[in-house]
Amino acid sequence: MAKRTLVETTINNETVELLCEPRQSLLEVLRDELHMTGTKEGCMTGDCGACTILVDGRPVCSCLMLGVEAQGHKLETIEGLANGTELHPLQQKFLENAALQCGICTPGFLMSAKALLDKIPRPTEADVRYHLAGNLCRCTGYDKIVRAVLEAARENG
Amino acid sequence: MAASKTPGSHKYRVVGTRPIRPDGIDKVTGRALYGADYYFPGMLFGKVLRSPYPHARIKSIKFDQALKLPGVRAVVTADDLPEADRKPQQMGEQQVSPYYLSWNVLARGKVLYDGHPIAAVAATSPHIAEEALKLIEVEYEQLEPVMTVEQAMKPGAPILIDELRNPEDGPDQPTNVATHLQFKRGDLEAGFATADHIIEREFQTATVHQGYIEPHASVGLWNPDGHATVYTCTQGSFSVRTLATKVLGMPEGNLKVVPSEIGGGFGGKTTIYCEPVALLLAKKTGHPVKVTMSRTEVLRATGPTSGIKERVKIGATKEGRITAAQVWMAYEAGAFPGSPMAPGAMTVITSYDIPNLLIDGYDVVVNRPKACAYRAPGATAAAFGAETVLDELAEKIGIDPLDFRIMNGAREGTAQPFGPVFKRIGFIETCEAMKKSEHYQSKLTGPYRGRGVAAGFWFNAGFQSSASVYLNQDGTASVVTGSVDVGGSRASMAMIAAEVLGLDFDEVRPVVADTDSIGYTDVTAGSRVTFATGMAVYNAAQDIVRQLKERAGQLWECTPEDVEYDNSLLRTRADVLQPQQMTLKELAARFIRTGGPVVGRASVSTGGAGAGPAFAVACIDVEVDPDTGKVQILRATVAQDVGTAIHPSYVEGQIQGGTAQGIGWALNEEYVYDSKGILRNSGLLDYRMPTCLDLPELETILVEVPNPIHPLGVRGVGEVSIVPPPAAVANAIYRATGVRMRVLPMSPPRLLKALLQHRNGQEGQAAAGR
Repeated sequence: MAKRTLVETTINNETVELLCEPRQSLLEVLRDELHMTGTKEGCMTGDCGACTILVDGRPVCSCLMLGVEAQGHKLETIEGLANGTELHPLQQKFLENAALQCGICTPGFLMSAKALLDKIPRPTEADVRYHLAGNLCRCTGYDKIVRAVLEAARENG
Repeated sequence: MAASKTPGSHKYRVVGTRPIRPDGIDKVTGRALYGADYYFPGMLFGKVLRSPYPHARIKSIKFDQALKLPGVRAVVTADDLPEADRKPQQMGEQQVSPYYLSWNVLARGKVLYDGHPIAAVAATSPHIAEEALKLIEVEYEQLEPVMTVEQAMKPGAPILIDELRNPEDGPDQPTNVATHLQFKRGDLEAGFATADHIIEREFQTATVHQGYIEPHASVGLWNPDGHATVYTCTQGSFSVRTLATKVLGMPEGNLKVVPSEIGGGFGGKTTIYCEPVALLLAKKTGHPVKVTMSRTEVLRATGPTSGIKERVKIGATKEGRITAAQVWMAYEAGAFPGSPMAPGAMTVITSYDIPNLLIDGYDVVVNRPKACAYRAPGATAAAFGAETVLDELAEKIGIDPLDFRIMNGAREGTAQPFGPVFKRIGFIETCEAMKKSEHYQSKLTGPYRGRGVAAGFWFNAGFQSSASVYLNQDGTASVVTGSVDVGGSRASMAMIAAEVLGLDFDEVRPVVADTDSIGYTDVTAGSRVTFATGMAVYNAAQDIVRQLKERAGQLWECTPEDVEYDNSLLRTRADVLQPQQMTLKELAARFIRTGGPVVGRASVSTGGAGAGPAFAVACIDVEVDPDTGKVQILRATVAQDVGTAIHPSYVEGQIQGGTAQGIGWALNEEYVYDSKGILRNSGLLDYRMPTCLDLPELETILVEVPNPIHPLGVRGVGEVSIVPPPAAVANAIYRATGVRMRVLPMSPPRLLKALLQHRNGQEGQAAAGR
C-alpha cells in the first residue's frame, strides 16, 4: 500500500487534518476517507460535474484533483451550503421549482450555481446556461434548474 | 422561460397542487444516500475484471497471484455461481432467463461483448482491488465478432450462443435470431392498391445508453446463517431480490434488498449487475463488500438500448386517409436475447387507425452489451422511421402534418395492431392542443431554419403494487410503499393519501421500504408508479376511511354506514340520526379505546401493458449550420396526454426530461465500436449527452384526459415524451435544408455529408452505414 500523506486543509470553514494516499483523488478522499458523501461520483473524468466543489471559491471537479493537492486550500462542499438549518436560497429555489428529479446531480449543480452567483449576482439565462454547461443532468432537461438559479438570483438582489 | 401550462381546475384539494417534495431537503443538502454512499465497519471494496474482447472463449482463469497481493481478500468467478435455471421467467414487464442473466453477471465459457464481467476481487481499498485485477491471467480464444443485425442475420454468420434456436429455423439450426414477431391485419396488397401515394424508406438508429448520472453500486452483507442483505441503487428492490436469489441459488426470503436513493435509471436499473457479485464476495470474505462501477464500466457493460434497422412503407389516398402500412424491424438484443423489439412493434404505428397492416420484428443477438429497458423501450427507434415517413406523405399529399395525424389518429374504439381496443384516450386532443399552441401557430423565419412535428405512443404499465398507510395518534399519517422514487413519486404518494384522508400534504410522510417491510411491488418502470402504486395508496387510504367510520360508529353506537367522512371530519348522516361529529384528530386520540392503531392496507394487480395509454406530440424548431452540419435546437414544445396530473411540476419534469433524452438520441448519442468490436467512446466526453447549453427552454402542454380505469384518472406520464423528438428533429432538419435524414444520430459529420451530397444534386438520403 502506498504511504499515506498528512494533508491540512479547510473544509466548510473547519480546519481538517487527514491522511490519504497520493493516488487518491480529492473526491475519493472526501467520500472514502471523510465519508462526506454529498459530493457524488458520476464519471471520474471531469465530464459530468457531479463532484463539483469550490476550491478557494472556484468550481472544480474534485475527481480531477488529488487529495494531497487540497493542502492549504479552502474547500466548500454541499454539506456546507446551508447555514445550519437555514437553506441557501439556491437550495430553496431548487425545491420550489422541482429542479431535481433523482437528485444525484443536484449537489454539483448547486455548487456550480453558487460559484456563478458569487461571481455574477444577476446572471442572464445565457450566463446560467454557460456556467452550468459542465454539469450533466439526465432527468430534467435543465429547464427547471435554469429557472431555479435565475429565481434565486432575482430574490437575492 | 418555459410557458408550462397549469392544468385546468378540477375537483381535488391536494391533487394538482405543487408542494415541495418530502425527500427534497435531503437531496439539496447532500444527505440523501445513493448506492455508493453506504459505508460499514470492515467494509471491503470490490472491482470487476472485464473482457477486452467482444467475442471469445475463456480457456482458463488463473488468480493465485491476485490473491497474494496484500489487502486482497477474495476472488470470485462464474465457478462460484450455481448452474442457473434455463427456463425464462416473467419478471414484471420483462421475460428473464436466469441462465443468461447468470452468464451476464459473470461469464461462463464464453465472453460476448467488450466489457463482459469475468471475475471480481474484494480488497481493503478500491485501488488495491484494481491492482489485483491486473494480476488475474485469462487465456482467451478469440472469435469473430458480430456487431450488427445485418451481420448477425446473414446465413453462415458466427453464432454467439450455441444453443439458441427459434421456431422458424427449427431445432437443428443454430441462429442469432432469438424471436420473430408478426402482426397482421386486413389485406396489405389491396390496401396499397387503393393508395394514391406510397412512401417506402429504410432507417437505422444507433445503440444509445440511458445515461443515468449515478453509476451502479451495491453493498452486500452476508450472515453465517445464510441470510443476506444488499443495499443497492435499483428501480426495483423486489426484482433484485428475485433475480439475485435465482442467480445465487438461495431462497428468495433469505435476501433483504434495501433500495438506496437512485441516481437515475430510465429502465437501465431494472436488472442486476453488481448485486450478486457483492453478495458472493461478502459470502466469501465474511465482510460487507461494496461494488461500484466506473463510468466506463457503465457504458461498456450496462444499459444500452438497441440500435435498429427499420423499413417502413405507408400508403395514403390523396385525401389523406392511410390505407396500408408495412413495417420491418430488426433490433440488436446485445449479447443475450431480449431487445425491446416487441414493444417497438406494438407501438410503431399504434397511434393511427390503419385498416391493412403487416409488422415484422426480429430480436437479434450481437456482440454488444445485453440491451436493457430505456424509457418507452423500443418505441423511440421504431417511431423515428414511421413518423418520418408520415411527414413525407403529408407533404406529398399537401396536408398539414398535424391534420394528417388527426385525420388518421387512434381514438376510443380504435383497435391496436396487436388486438386490444383503445378505451378513452387523448391522442386527438393532444394533436389539437399542439395545433392550437402559440409555438405551432408562430412563424419561423430565417435561412436554414425549420420546424418539425412528430407523435409517439406508449402503453404504460400496470402490474402489482402494495401500500400501507399508518395513522398516528395525532391524526397524521405515514404511507409506506415498495416503489423506488426516481423522480418525485414520494410526493405523489403523499398527495394521494392526503387527498383521500382529508389531511394536509405536510401531515403525510411517505416512506420507500425495503423488501422485508412491505408487500411485493413490481419495478419502478413502465410509467407505472403513480398509476399502480398510487392506486394501492388510494385503496389503503380508503381502507383507513372505512375503519374510521367503524370506530366512530362504535363511539356513537351506530353503523359505519351512518357515518360520513369528509375532509378529515367524521359526522353522522343528517337524515338518520342525532347529529354527531368529530375530527380525525379527536378520533385518533381515542384509538386506544376503540381497538388500537388504525392501519390501512391494499395491494393491486392492475394488469400488464395498456394500463392507461399515453400519447405525446413534439414540435421542434432547429437551425442547421450549413458549414458544419451542427443542429441547434431553437425551440421545443411537447404536448402530452397525462391523465390527471397529480403533481404538475413533476409531470412537466418527466416530459422535459424525456424530450431532452430524445433530442440527445436524435443529434449526438451513439455507441462507436471499432472494426474489432471494441467500444471507443466509453466516457461522457465522447458519449455526448445534451448539456444545458445544447437545449432551449422545454415547453410543455399538459392535456388532461382522465384515465377511466384509475380512481383519480391517473395515466403514466414518465416515458412517452422521449418517443417523438428524433423524428420531429429529422422533419425539422428537412424543412431547414431539404435533406431527409434516415440514420440516427444526425450528428454534425453525418448531416454535413448529407448536405454536401444534397448540394451536389444527389439524393440526400444520408443512409450511410455506421
